[in-house]
Amino acid sequence: MTPMLAINVPTRLVLLTPVDIVIVVFYFALVLCIGWYLRGRANTAEDFFMAGREMTAWVAGLSFLSANLGALELMGWAGSAYQYGILATHWYWIGAIPAMLFLALVMMPFYYISKTHSVPGYLKLRFGEPSRALSAVSFALMTVLMSGVNMFAMAKVMQIILGWDINFSIWVSSLTVAIYVSLGGLRSAIFNEVLQFFLIWAGALLIPVLGLHEAGGWTNLKLQIAQRTSAQYIHLWSGLGSFTANPMGIHWTGIVFGLAAIMSMGYWTTDFLVVQRILAAKDIRSAEMAPIIGAGFKMMVPFIVILPGLLGLAVLPEKLVPESVAAVTGGHSYNDVFPLMLARYCGPGLLGLGVTALIAGFMSGMAGNVSAFTTVWTYDIYRPLINNKGSDHHYVNVGRWTTVIGVLVSVGTAYLVMQFASIMDYVQALFSFFIAPLFGTVVLGMLWKRATGAGGFWGLLCGTISSISMWTWVKVDPSALRYVALSPHAKALAQDMYQGLWSFIVCVVVTVAVSLKTEPMPDSELTGLVYGLTVVPSVGNVALYRKPLFWAAVVTVIFFALNIIFW
Amino acid sequence: MISIWFFIGISLAVNGALILAAGIYQFVYPPVNPGVVLFNLHAGIWWGATLLVIGLVYCFKFSPGRRHS
Repeated sequence: MTPMLAINVPTRLVLLTPVDIVIVVFYFALVLCIGWYLRGRANTAEDFFMAGREMTAWVAGLSFLSANLGALELMGWAGSAYQYGILATHWYWIGAIPAMLFLALVMMPFYYISKTHSVPGYLKLRFGEPSRALSAVSFALMTVLMSGVNMFAMAKVMQIILGWDINFSIWVSSLTVAIYVSLGGLRSAIFNEVLQFFLIWAGALLIPVLGLHEAGGWTNLKLQIAQRTSAQYIHLWSGLGSFTANPMGIHWTGIVFGLAAIMSMGYWTTDFLVVQRILAAKDIRSAEMAPIIGAGFKMMVPFIVILPGLLGLAVLPEKLVPESVAAVTGGHSYNDVFPLMLARYCGPGLLGLGVTALIAGFMSGMAGNVSAFTTVWTYDIYRPLINNKGSDHHYVNVGRWTTVIGVLVSVGTAYLVMQFASIMDYVQALFSFFIAPLFGTVVLGMLWKRATGAGGFWGLLCGTISSISMWTWVKVDPSALRYVALSPHAKALAQDMYQGLWSFIVCVVVTVAVSLKTEPMPDSELTGLVYGLTVVPSVGNVALYRKPLFWAAVVTVIFFALNIIFW
Repeated sequence: MISIWFFIGISLAVNGALILAAGIYQFVYPPVNPGVVLFNLHAGIWWGATLLVIGLVYCFKFSPGRRHS
């Protein structure tokens, strides 16, 4: 869910003062202290991989959001806002909020009562070993590769913003993550993610506050953007009636059916990187409340991500350009808008906090990838396929070593990307191949009891292959975009949405067809896994303001109000 | 066990104090070329003070001694 970020311009944007460096060093010291403090609380597998399943709704919810709120997310979407205008907000509102609420109210009860350790673990319970193996291997491979790609991108960004050596950035950040996650397991990753969430807000919030002051308020900002670009840069929905009437080249069907119904549902409900945080909740009410709390804060994230991009359109004297142009001309690209705005408003101290926010974002994303990889490797690959007779202590040790090895593989990937930059594009694309079909498989598994093991496996496999095929088709023959994305004007983000939609449909059709041709599974094997055969646990007799349904309704009302206000 | 909110309090308080100190220094000894837009608002002072206060509140409310007493 992060736009492509590849920065090629070898210039330094900001210069840190001693107080800025103290703030950055203090951050590294604090995260290591937290990992060291929590090392004694990761002695059992349940502690190490699931944080003891004792997280409160707030901790799980903020960690759930923070694992997604990486620095690539911050910088990439600020750049997208500069490039596409307020349309980028769709990825935070309709492209996230409905999916988070769906996870909380519909899917979380099944994840939670099945006591699964992972999303592939649920597939094992519901569809059998082949589906789990396919999902686990693809997830583990892609997660560790993505971690490496992000690591390289981070090092590159630090080189550009601060002039830091790439090797220094890669090794310092990766070793720090390896130490605190291997010491404290998921609990350490979650604690640091919550800390990083606060730092990101503390470091980034000044940009929109001061930016709106400089621009003369929201109304003046809109006028300036309309004068410098076009009025469509400040409308969420009014330009989506036609592919050519908006800067992204997308139709509202792509946003509603591709982004909201498929891609975001797939990401927020089945990507184990984020779901793992909710599985660590202490009870069913906390597990349901956590994504709702995450949704509440997610709606506010555009204030620190999208608004800086829009402000850049209005107040920056220079015009930012695409990466390819910036690489030739030596100017600044869209993706530089966030650090440019940071340097514009933040003096000594504030600059250090802003840079710390970026580093914290990178590290929370990396720790999320590594902890999810460790759990899936240990529970869904190592234990069922390599050694199923180990003790609890043995699996904790495997988890610790897997954390270190996962980080080292990520470092290797980062250096590979350094040599062959095009790998970055392929890995980012590969990851998206699995999201939409996996959502089809999981949601059919939860909602349709007639879905069989063979149906689930073949649906997942065919959906994934169809997604890879469409992507390859467009790579080989760019004119195929008119078929895959329904328009030759579609940009990369629009193509992703339609690709996800078609692969989801392929997955569902194949799953249904194969299931109807194969023997139904007995009801006794599906209890606790499928709607209609499961007593969904209640949150208990609590006051209205403590009920997840009540807060989901509040979030829904605000969500609709925001979309109407910025229509 | 020390609460996560206590660690967050420490982080906000220390960062706030450093930013506030840097802001006050720049207020007392304003640089010839500030290098930032809206320097006259002295964001470091009020933002640093805000973070410091929030951090101290968290440190007090979630301090290990207070939780165990």
